[in-house]
Formats: sequence, structure tokens, C-alpha cells
Amino acid sequence: MRYLEEFRDAELVKNVLSKINHTVKHHWVIMEICGGQTHSIMQHGIDQLLPENIELVHGPGCPVCVTSLELVDKALAIASRPNVIFCSFGDMLRVPGSHGDLFSVKAAGGQVRIVYSPLDAVKIAQQNPEKEVVFFAIGFETTAPANAMSVLYAESLGLQNYSMLVSHVTVPPAMHAILGSTNNRVQGFLAAGHVCSVMGYHQYHAISQKFQIPIVVTGFEPLDLLNGILMTVELLESGTPRVQNAYSRVVSEAGNIPAQAMIKRVFQDCDRNWRGIGFIPQSGWELRPEYHFFDAEKRFEVEQIQTRESDICISGQILQGIRKPPQCPAFGNVCTPQNPLGATMVSSEGTCAAYYRYARIDMEG
Amino acid sequence: MNDVSLPNMQGPVCPLPVKSYDHIVMGHGSGGKMTHDLIQQYFVPNFANSALLAGNDFAQITSQQSGKIVVSTDAHIVSPLFFPGGDIGRLAVSGTVNDLAMSGGIPLGLTASFILEEGLPISTLEKIIVSMAATAQEAGVPIVAGDTKVVEKGKADGIFISTSGVAWVPDYLNIGGACAQPGDAVIISGTLGDHGIAVLSARGELGLETAIHSDVAPLNHLIQNIVEHSKNVHVLRDPTRGGLATTLNEIAIQSQVGIILDEKSIPINPIVGATCEMLGFDPLYVANEGKVIVIVPNHEVDEVLNGMRSQKYGTNAVVIGHVESAPSGRVLLRTTIGGTRLLDVMSGEMLPRIC
Amino acid sequence: MCLAVPGKITEIFTTSNMKMGKVDFGGVLREVCLEAVPEVKIGDYVIVHAGFALNILSEKEAQDTLAAFRELDEIELGEEDPITNQD
Repeated sequence: MRYLEEFRDAELVKNVLSKINHTVKHHWVIMEICGGQTHSIMQHGIDQLLPENIELVHGPGCPVCVTSLELVDKALAIASRPNVIFCSFGDMLRVPGSHGDLFSVKAAGGQVRIVYSPLDAVKIAQQNPEKEVVFFAIGFETTAPANAMSVLYAESLGLQNYSMLVSHVTVPPAMHAILGSTNNRVQGFLAAGHVCSVMGYHQYHAISQKFQIPIVVTGFEPLDLLNGILMTVELLESGTPRVQNAYSRVVSEAGNIPAQAMIKRVFQDCDRNWRGIGFIPQSGWELRPEYHFFDAEKRFEVEQIQTRESDICISGQILQGIRKPPQCPAFGNVCTPQNPLGATMVSSEGTCAAYYRYARIDMEG
Repeated sequence: MNDVSLPNMQGPVCPLPVKSYDHIVMGHGSGGKMTHDLIQQYFVPNFANSALLAGNDFAQITSQQSGKIVVSTDAHIVSPLFFPGGDIGRLAVSGTVNDLAMSGGIPLGLTASFILEEGLPISTLEKIIVSMAATAQEAGVPIVAGDTKVVEKGKADGIFISTSGVAWVPDYLNIGGACAQPGDAVIISGTLGDHGIAVLSARGELGLETAIHSDVAPLNHLIQNIVEHSKNVHVLRDPTRGGLATTLNEIAIQSQVGIILDEKSIPINPIVGATCEMLGFDPLYVANEGKVIVIVPNHEVDEVLNGMRSQKYGTNAVVIGHVESAPSGRVLLRTTIGGTRLLDVMSGEMLPRIC
Repeated sequence: MCLAVPGKITEIFTTSNMKMGKVDFGGVLREVCLEAVPEVKIGDYVIVHAGFALNILSEKEAQDTLAAFRELDEIELGEEDPITNQD
């Protein structure tokens, strides 16, 4: 069992699709909130295989897309400092700030390095004691344990030159914001499987009850996604708003307790600005006061940031599932992956980029 | 200029002649005795051929019977200089040999220009030269002319190599990116993504340990075998930067056709697949340096495949798709689970993602 | 937000008081932090994100899930074109 190919089996996919076709009787709008799920749906062509009356909308599940413009601009300012080695996940490098992106900072002589893990950034700090090493700690709950661990690791090594620019966001407040908005169309939710592998899914019962909506914890391989969709449709057709787990090989209701402890030790709740959506109270995490030494925003005084968002970009509406990329006048002409206006086109998980890259073309036979 | 008895002159004039160096210094690029010695000691004996040994500023190549002459050029910058399966030298020779061979013709000779960074260890340079000579020998294509310059420390990444070459193509062959026809089969000579992943893991920045080797190799013999088995080859192209997907897009646009691929048939080394999964890469966009895309009329497929599979660099040759008249200028992929998605050109660099 | 892949633990060790392991993702190996999976053993599969193991994969749950998918085929028997019911 390798836990990958088995969940891409074409024959089993046919079985699940067939069951979905048999089960669905009405039109349903289902949102997946994870950028990785959007990517997988587009990559395998899953949305084309679903019956017409299942409409998938893609939520703000890409931490790259929703990182606030102010924080991106702060990142660019810090990365431009001569004594700084700025480390980041690859996805953030092309996200446009008000003026340029991390790539352009690199071209101007800034030291910007891509890392696979925040723990690698700590190693870089260890190897470069005369430099300030800053890690761009973005992510949802999935990435928080790794980011928290990097602070604890740096602390145990007694490092003086490591800090993080934190932009953590959390899923449940975003779901509240989407479901509570007046033009909400979402009737069922595919919850993010890897977020839930850390946090469990006990937090979703209250949301499901409050908005009377089924929520199914879903994975990322084609069979996982179809299974999540099938379970959601079954709950919708039977009028049963409940939380169910379609990713049981990875997710338990309680989640990963040691990982949650790590997060609680290092982070605390805070308000966050979601790029394109706006202010959502208590929707993020920041470093606790006892870890302020590792907070890059405190360590580096960054001048009043003047943010400037593109006038025509409708990322916010895209992220809430209110509109789809083809409905944006700039999509595919002024705004392309080569020349993105907003974050949803830059990140390969962003809805606009996913649409552009995997755009649907009608094929006969 | 009779320079045999003069001391080396560098910077302030020093009466003490300095004889040998472990590293490249600015004087090696001055065009004087140091340059001469470097060339005679390392380049000429390794690249030995009559044109080079004639010692002129030009090389004379005898041309074959009537036909077409094709020319190609390429610059090579790679970090690290040595990686599992190859090095910048092998890359430089294979790169231009392959570009020329994509015409279906016979490469006749290569030139090689070197930009050396001050401080490059001469032992490193020698290793690269030996590798180039071995690759040229394997391909049967001599390096007949060259040039060497030195730049200050920090201005080059160790060494940059630029190669150009000339090939002869018989009149009856008409191979090019605009020649794909609806109904043609699309063949790939072997597994995709090996080179890009080998170099990435050799860089060490992502902490990966893998046994993947670059596929860098000269393909001219393989291609001669292909054109012997089919006089109707339409397109030959190597999927280098941007990978298979980008290269097929170029062909689809040039030929104004649609190319439909079958994801199940595309050969990918499982280790390359696993590395791409981890980093969020798509192997169809990862660079290759020893593979060729062959587009032939469908009725010639069996002959061509049998021929390829008997050759060193074609043992895993397989049909991966076909050409249709629509959608014009586009490449589509039939996914393993039965969906269809558009394969666009790569935009910018592929970056490891967490999303 | 969630690119995480399964891999098999081949080594377990400690670095600066941090529990670490070597994970084989299918011929490509990487060091991974195992602090969140203290009970992990060599040979277990873990799901890894950004160099950090999030959970141990349950083989039983995986097998049960796949079995359920296979059973769907039998449920549809008689309602579909006979060809799709062949193995």
C-alpha cells in the first residue's frame, strides 16, 4: 500500500462517479476550501466528469492568495535590506505586492531563498550567524505546526538571528464569513483534509448546525475528492446537515494533539486581513508575547506601507465563490499567469490560475 | 610575436616569471603566452582533430554531396557544474549535437567558446574538457574551433560554455516544427523529467536524496536510425527547458494542429514522479537533455519504434499521443481517470509549492 | 494550502532534542520532523507537509475505504450497461 496510486484507480473512479450520478437529483452548489483540492480537481479534469447539476465553487483556501497586501509589502521591504536572507516557500515569490514581487527584489540584489521547510530556514540562520534570516511564515493550520516548530528549534539552538514574518490564517472563521454573507450560494462544504489532520473536525459541528449545512472532510486524490463529493451529495439529498469524514486514513475527529499543543505554545488568535475578502476578526494566528523576539514585524521597523491594489482585480469575489474567473473582464487578456493582477492568478493554486492553466475545452469523443 | 623568452606580464611588472597555476587567473584570458599554454596543455590534446591542429583562426570542414547546411547555437550555464549523470561539458556538446540532429541531418563539427571565472580550479576545467571530448567522441562529432576568455571573480558562475555547430541534411528530408499532420503519432524516446530533477537535487537546497541521473546524451545516432526507418518523419524536437508540454505547444502552434496526449502512456521514472509529487511539480514541464519527440505518420509507427528500441537511448520509446486538426495550436491531456485538461506552456520558473 | 504526501519512515534519530526521521517518498528521501508523531515506528507511513510529519497513515482505514469503493461496483449491478460490470 503506497497510499497514492491506489486512490487514482480509474476503475474505482468510474464506480464512485456512477454512484454520484445515481444519487444526485437536484442542483447543488458545493465549495472546496483548499487550494490543493482546486489544483487536483483541475489537474485530473474531475469537474468535467461530474454531472451537470453539481456545481463546484472554489473557496479562499490558498494562503498565498489571501496573504494581505500589507504583509506582502512588508516582506518585500524586509527582503530588500542588505543584511537579510529572506526565506520563503516557492509559491510566494511571484505574488505581486504594491510594487514588484520577491523575484524583483532578488533581481535588485536582495538575498531571497526558496526553502521546502521552515526548519531549513533555521539551518540557514545557523550557518549564517552574521546575517538576519527571516522566514515568511504563511499558511493555514496545516503549516502552523512546522512554523511553530521552527521557532522552538531556533530557541533551543539559542539563535539570535532568526525571525518569522507571520501570516497565518484559519479556516473556521473564513467558513463563517462565507456562509454568513448575503450573496452566499454555498450549500455544502468539502473541508480541507490536511487542515483537519492537524485540528480534527470537532470545530465544524457548530458551523454545520448554525448554517444547517453538510460538511465533509475530504482528501486530495481523485477518489478522495469524488468520495467527499458523493458523501456531501448524499447528505444534501437526504436533508441531513452533518459533519462526516471522508479522509479517515489521515484524519480523526480530535486531530493531532501534539501538533495542536505546539501551535498553542507559540501562537495566539488574532484578527487578519484576507486579501481580496477583507477583515475577518479572530481569523489568524500571531506569535505569543513570549516569542516576540522571533517576530520579524517587531524586529524590523518597516515604514508606513502604502498599499495599492489593482482596480480591476476581482480576486475577493472569486475567493468567496461569488464569481468565476471567466466572468472577470481581465481574465485571460490583461491578467494571465505571466502577468498576474492579483493573487488568485499568481499562485498555481489560485482559482484564476487553475482555470487558466487547465481551461476547459469541449472535446468530442 | 615571439613570446617564448618574455616573462609573464600581469599588473605591475614583476621580473619573476610565474610558471604554473592551480586556478584560472586573469592572465589566462589575455591572449598571450598564458592563454596559448592553457589551450595547448588542455584543450588541443583532448579535442584533437585535424581542423583544430591546423592552428588557424577558422576550421575547414569537407561537405558531403548536395543537400542543405543547417547551423545551430546554444549557451550553457548550469549549477552545479557536475551532477549525477553528467556535467556542463557533456551538456554543452550534447545540446548542440542534438539541436543539429533534430534536422534529421548529420552533424559535421562543433565550436566551443568558454567564459572562465577567475579562480576556477584548473583541475575542474580539465575534468570538463575531458568530458566534452568523450561526449564528442561518442557522438562522432569533432570540436573544430574554440575561444577562451576570462572574467573577474563573481562575474561568471565558474564557467559558461557556448557551442555552435553545423550539419548536413540530405535534400529528401523535410523535418521541422511546422510539419505535423492530423493523424500522425507522437512518440517519446524515454522517461521524462530526469535531467531537471537530477540537477535540482544536486543543488542541495531542498535537502533531497535521490538516485536519479540526468539523461544528458548525444542523440544523433538514435536519430539517424529513425530517419533510416522512415523517410516520412515530420517532426523531431528535444523537450529541453519547459519540458514536454512546452515543446509540444511550440509544435502545435507552428503546425497549426491539436496534439492529444494519453497520460497513462507517458513514461515517467517513479522516483522522478515521487519527487515531483513532493514539490508540487508537473513532470511534463521538467527539463530533459537526452530525449527526442518524434512525430510520424501513423502507419510508420511500428517500424520507427522497433528501430528506436534497438538503440542505446531509445529503449523505452513509446507512443504517447496523436495529432488532430483541432483544437488548433493547443495540447490536451487525457488524464488517467478519464478527464481532459489543457496543457499550456510553462509560465516562468517552476517553484516548489506548499499549497 | 495542503500539499502533503505520504512517505515511509526508514530511520529515526534526534537532532538538538528534536525527533527527526528519514522518510522515503518512493526513491527520494528527505529528513522530516517527527515531533508531532511521537509513537511512530520504522516502516510506518506518515503524511508529510513542509518537512513535517502531520499524522501516521492508517492502513486499515485505507483498505476499508478502497474496499467500499470496490463494493459500489456490485451495488450498481443490473442497473448499468453490462460491460461496465466486468473486471
